[in-house]
Amino acid sequence: MSELKTTPEVCGMGHSMKRKEDARFLRGQGKYTDDVVLPGMLHMDIVRSPYAYAKIKSINTDAAMAIPGVHAVITGDVLKQYNLHWMPTLMSDTQMVLPTDTVMYQSQEVAAVIADDRYIAADAVEAVEVEYEPMQAVVDPFKSMQSDAPVLRTDKEGKTDNHIWHWETGDKDSTEKAFQNADVVVKENVYLPRIHVASIETCGCVASFEPAEGKLTVYMTTQAPHAIRTVVALVAGHVGLSEEKIRIISPDIGGGFGGKVPVYPGYVIAIAASVVIGKPVKWVEDRSENLQADSFARDYHMSVELASSSSGKMEALRIKTVADHGYTDAAANPSKYPAGMFSICTGSYDIKNAFTEMDAYYTNKPPGGVAYRCSFRVTEAIHAIERIVDVLAQKLDRDPADLRMQNFIQPEAFPYQSALGWEYDSGDYPRALKLAMDTIGYDDLRKEQAEKRAKGELMGIGLSTFTEVVGAGPSKDFDILGIKMFDSCELRIHPTGKAIARFGTKSQGQGHETTYAQILAEELGIPAAHIQIEEGDTDTAPYGLGTYASRSTPTAGAAAAKAAHKVRDKARKIAAHLLEVSEEDLEWEVGKFYVKGSPEQSKTIQDIAFAAYTNHPQGLEAGLEATHYYDPPNLTFPFGSYICVVDIDPKTAEIKVRRFVAIDDCGNIINPMIVEGQIHGGLTQGLAPAMYEELIYDEDGNILNGNFMDYLLPTAVETPNWETDRTVTPSPHHPLGAKGVAESPTVGAPPAIANAVVDALSHLGVENMDIPITPYKVWQVLKEKGAVA
Amino acid sequence: MSKHTVSIDINGTTVTKEVDSRMLLVHFIREELQMTGTHIGCDTSSCGACTILMNGRSVKSCTLYTVQANGKSVKTIEGMEEGGALHPLQEGFHEEHGLQCGFCTPGMIMRAAELLEKNPNPSEEEIRWGISGNLCRCTGYVNIVKAIQYAAEKMQKEAA
Ligand code: FES
Ligand code: FES
Repeated sequence: MSELKTTPEVCGMGHSMKRKEDARFLRGQGKYTDDVVLPGMLHMDIVRSPYAYAKIKSINTDAAMAIPGVHAVITGDVLKQYNLHWMPTLMSDTQMVLPTDTVMYQSQEVAAVIADDRYIAADAVEAVEVEYEPMQAVVDPFKSMQSDAPVLRTDKEGKTDNHIWHWETGDKDSTEKAFQNADVVVKENVYLPRIHVASIETCGCVASFEPAEGKLTVYMTTQAPHAIRTVVALVAGHVGLSEEKIRIISPDIGGGFGGKVPVYPGYVIAIAASVVIGKPVKWVEDRSENLQADSFARDYHMSVELASSSSGKMEALRIKTVADHGYTDAAANPSKYPAGMFSICTGSYDIKNAFTEMDAYYTNKPPGGVAYRCSFRVTEAIHAIERIVDVLAQKLDRDPADLRMQNFIQPEAFPYQSALGWEYDSGDYPRALKLAMDTIGYDDLRKEQAEKRAKGELMGIGLSTFTEVVGAGPSKDFDILGIKMFDSCELRIHPTGKAIARFGTKSQGQGHETTYAQILAEELGIPAAHIQIEEGDTDTAPYGLGTYASRSTPTAGAAAAKAAHKVRDKARKIAAHLLEVSEEDLEWEVGKFYVKGSPEQSKTIQDIAFAAYTNHPQGLEAGLEATHYYDPPNLTFPFGSYICVVDIDPKTAEIKVRRFVAIDDCGNIINPMIVEGQIHGGLTQGLAPAMYEELIYDEDGNILNGNFMDYLLPTAVETPNWETDRTVTPSPHHPLGAKGVAESPTVGAPPAIANAVVDALSHLGVENMDIPITPYKVWQVLKEKGAVA
Repeated sequence: MSKHTVSIDINGTTVTKEVDSRMLLVHFIREELQMTGTHIGCDTSSCGACTILMNGRSVKSCTLYTVQANGKSVKTIEGMEEGGALHPLQEGFHEEHGLQCGFCTPGMIMRAAELLEKNPNPSEEEIRWGISGNLCRCTGYVNIVKAIQYAAEKMQKEAA
């Protein structure tokens, strides 16, 4: 966006407005779930399985019940009496709430204790005696797929193997033919390990059932409160919980990143406990529980092939994936997309033939398959393509930037129909890459690298020129459990010209209270400071599918603009009445209607708002408000070009990210400061899996790093000083031209870093390294190649 | 469970209460005093969300028993504002967009308070090492560093 349409007082789009929500957070007055205290509230703690796969022979709760202050011990058998011991996952699979006979992964919930305080509850957890009969766990999906592997989901009638689903898309035959006729074919196995979103706030809830009214209120760490309300009504309808008596409140959330989309057993048990006991019950998990049992992300084993002409024109892409879903498919993808938007894997390149297929398997590991700050499975897809493009460049002895430029979808080709069925809305990839190269001084860096190499020093330059796909999504294709993925805004203008707007989304740090206010300010001319934004309470906010997959701006942001337009339509009628002219004689300019040709005759939005309650035209309803449910016509396709420079100490194999330039294009920008902040955070969550994070299991299914001492989140010391800039290519179909941004960097950063490390080692014959790329891994490679003693 | 009477100066007010010997200081602050600005993000003393000042030193309140604070003075995020004015650190986090979800923020601010007390003019490197016991999952730290630099500058000006 070139110029600002509003003054700093109004603070519409494009202003770096300081965040409204900061006021409470800076003073320690945010209200997160664990801050909620209700009269008579009890505390819940959970007994978890030490084994990855075991029969439960007995559970003895006597000693726990004997502890003063313990109210109940809830087991699978107790829940079974209410038929609540199983629940559906968002992917229409099934999941135990509490087991009656078998545990399927380590740290699975086995029983729950309800007590007066958290200390007594923890004592009681220790006192619950569970006798297990361990069985040999199946941890590796390649073992799970063998015909002689034990069938894990014996609860599923007639199931004879561990296969969950097969999914494929693209033209298999044409792709096969293109591969046969290609001059050059490269192939690489790329693994994206299990990782965990690890928001600093863990998950939890306070469930409060009031028996007299039959009303259930749940304060809950959820990114999607409305969907949760419906799920609770569907799952617990048979025990008398009816949707009008269910209120889900998502208070302040300490980071979500996809980990707060699923329904975890703990929530369900706490709700059941409150209904049975008739008192509020709080459950907040520990960090270790969070890492060990809540939904994981990634765990894709991808076999990636790319075919090209000898001159480097990419001709075909083929990816075959084995997806490890753990004990159940508890991903949070739109229903029709079991592998999410993986088919964005042709990325930013004009590849005419593509085929991708995937098989998902059960193993004895925690369920999940959620995103880790990315649109559904896009990080996996982009890692595959961005890595294989570099492998091709290496094979052809081409500069990876040059090869990318040659194969980019060109700016004039938009809207672009991809081989795997997406219609990319807009883009200018060469411009973004050029800016990244100029910013970082690409040519000089290549020279420096050559000089260093000659001296035996290890330096690498890595690129990633990715395309994201966000903003799910159009109702014809996108739903979760049948609920269409629209989102909503309900807008009310008060008599004094101030406003309140409520949304179906839920911020977890993205700054919606500021950015939504700015959108409305842009469209109405009411100062953003005077627009109150609320989300997260299902009793007051309009229905929406929540915040994840960078969908808030593409869906709810658009709903805000549309609701504002409806308000404006009515305001026009009122202004015509006040000015005694016809509606057609009026022209809108930010904040007011004026009479065409005589601009001194005007009415501000504030005048009009007042009149809407004090002097509305006869025949027109009083008041000034509107609601809009926005069903996007298409997804949006943000993109970016990242370049990373690493230096590797040849003796210790220590990897240092020297520079990282990120050029992002997310269309028109609502608040540049917030966008930049989102990019910083996303880049750091790209660095994390690229270099540090992986949930590691041994062959018995024991997690080896299930706490914050062993699972490494980057600190300020490891995190480089990100250099960011942008290009702006508006989305043609979004009312604001915006696209969504918060996940682009998580998608784009890992391959840039991996490519940089591989580039530093490429002269030794290294073609690929799986993330996380640790010094130890690099040292092993150096040793193997004889580069260190 | 043995009980102990503790007397702790919290943000300038002395509180006397009977507590279980095993009660963690963070739970005392959050649950007994209902000052919920101090957060809990882990169970291994790794994240720093619970950081407070005890006798002027930044400590992780999840790693101390309440009884260890007996007779000491404790400062939490709720005590940072003075006479209705934000502390320069609070102001810096706002101005430089040093917070997103806000969950790590109180701990970051309390840690930075001691850092600036000891080293009023830290280099970027010193700031980064100085807050390396505090995890933030949202911001990528760049703006947290800037926020602390903002506060350092303002506090030095005020002191001059
Ligand atoms: S809660 Fe994580 S260090 Fe105290
Ligand atoms: S702002 Fe969310 S953890 Fe730091």
